[in-house]
Amino acid sequence: MSVIGDGILQAGRLLISGDPEVLGITWRTLQITGTATLISMVIGIPVGVALAVRRFFGRWLMVSAVNFGMGLPPVVVGLFVWLLLFRYGPLSFLDLLYTPGAMIIAEVIIAFPVVAGFTLAAIQAINPKMRFQILALGANRWQFLLLLLREARLGLLAAIIAGFGAVISEVGAAMMVGGNIEGLTRVLTTTIDQEVSMGDFVLATALSIILLLLTFIVTAILTWYQQHRRQPQ
Amino acid sequence: MINRNDRPISAQALSAQTLLEARDLRLVLGKREVFNVPQFTLSTGQVVALVGPNGAGKTSLLLTLALLQHPSEGSIHFNGILSRRENTLQLRRQMAVVFQEPLLMEDTVLGNVLIGLRIRGVPAPVARERAQVWLERLGIAHLKNRSAIKLSGGEAQRVNLARAFALKPHVLFLDEPFSALDYPTRQALLEEIGEILSETKIATLFVTHDYTEVPYFSHSVLVMVGGRIIKNGSVTEIFGDVTVPRRIPAPWKVV
Repeated sequence: MSVIGDGILQAGRLLISGDPEVLGITWRTLQITGTATLISMVIGIPVGVALAVRRFFGRWLMVSAVNFGMGLPPVVVGLFVWLLLFRYGPLSFLDLLYTPGAMIIAEVIIAFPVVAGFTLAAIQAINPKMRFQILALGANRWQFLLLLLREARLGLLAAIIAGFGAVISEVGAAMMVGGNIEGLTRVLTTTIDQEVSMGDFVLATALSIILLLLTFIVTAILTWYQQHRRQPQ
Repeated sequence: MINRNDRPISAQALSAQTLLEARDLRLVLGKREVFNVPQFTLSTGQVVALVGPNGAGKTSLLLTLALLQHPSEGSIHFNGILSRRENTLQLRRQMAVVFQEPLLMEDTVLGNVLIGLRIRGVPAPVARERAQVWLERLGIAHLKNRSAIKLSGGEAQRVNLARAFALKPHVLFLDEPFSALDYPTRQALLEEIGEILSETKIATLFVTHDYTEVPYFSHSVLVMVGGRIIKNGSVTEIFGDVTVPRRIPAPWKVV
C-alpha cells in the first residue's frame, strides 16, 4: 500500500491504541500552541483595536510594522529568539532556551501580528458611522470598545483562527528554540520533521494526519462559534 | 403637501427653556473650514430643520452639536452647562441621534432597542417595558424577536427610531433619517414622527437635504450653504405658503 495509505492506518492505530508518546506529543502541541494563541490574542486584539480607532503620530508606521509582521519568516523569528536566549544573549538569565517557554515566545512573535492585523481589518470594516452611533447611545470608553468588538466578532474569530493556524503549523522556530527534546519540547511538527529526516515516512504521515485532525477540530469549534453567533434567531 | 406645524412658535414655546446653545462654533479639517456658525439655539418642544445641499456641512454641525465631534473653536451649552471633556458622556446621555443608515447591531429587534437603555444603566424591567412601548408605537412589536439584519429598510429605520425614542432624550438629532426610504414608507414615517414629536415635545434638530420634508414637523428652518447659515426663519418665511401643493424652490437657490 502507498505511504499515505499506510500512514492513515497507522494514525488510526496510534489514536485507537492511545499510544502514550503520541498522545503526550499531541497534548504538548495543544498546550504550547494554545498558550501562544491566547497570549497573541491578549496582545494582538488591543493593538489591532488601538490602531483601528486611534489617530496618533506614527500610526501609519505601526500599521506597516503589523502588516510586515504578518509575513515574518518563522525561521528568522526562531533565530532572533535563539540569539536573545542563548548562553551569551541579553536574555540568557531567563534560562528559557530549549524549553516550552522559548517556543511560546517565538510563536507569540509569529502569531500576534497576525491577530493584530486581522483585528485591525475587522474593526475598520465596520461602518465608520457605527462608532458615532455607539457613542450617541451613551457608551463610555469600555462600553464603546466592547460593542465595537462585538460588532467585529466574526473578524475577531477569523483573527484567532489565523493566529492559531500560524503557530500550529510552525516548525522552523520551534525546532530552533525548542530543540525537539523528547518529553519536553517535542511537538507534532518537529516530530514529523525528525521522522522524515530519519526516513520513517509512514510514521511522519501518521503524525501529519493527527496534526491535521487536531487543527481541523480546533478551527471547526471556532468556526461553529463564529457562524452559530452570526444570525440571532 | 400637508403642513402640520407651520405655525409661529407659541409664547409658551418661545419662553421654553433653551436646552442647547452653541456660540462661535467652527470646525476646520486640515485647511478647509467645514462650518462657521456664530450662534445656534434649540429649546424644549422646538423642532429646527437644518437644510442645505450635499456637502454644506449639515452632518458635521449635527455631530458637533451632539457632542460626537470636537469643534475647532466655540462653545456648546446643554441646559446651561458648558460641555467639556469631563462631562461629555453625562450630557451625551441626555441626547439621541438617528442617522440616515439604521446602523443596527447584529442582534434581535428588541435587543437593538434595549442596547442604549442598558448602556445608560436603565433597570432591566423598566428598559423592557419602555422598549415594548416604542416597538408598539412604531408598529414593529411583531418583529421584536426577529434578527435586525433581516429587516427591510423601512422596518430597520423604525427600529432605529424606536431605539432613539426609548432613550427618552431631551434633545433628538435626526440626520436625514428618511432619505434612504421609498416614497410611501417615507410619507408614513414623516407623519408618525411628526405626531410623536408633537406629543413628546422633544427638542429636535432635523437635518435634511430634501427640503420638501421640512414642513411636516419643523417649526423653524436654518438654511446652510458652504458651512454657513445663510437664512433663518419660520417654515413660511423660508418656503412661503406650503399648504398649497406646488413645486417648492430650493431655499439655497433663491437667495
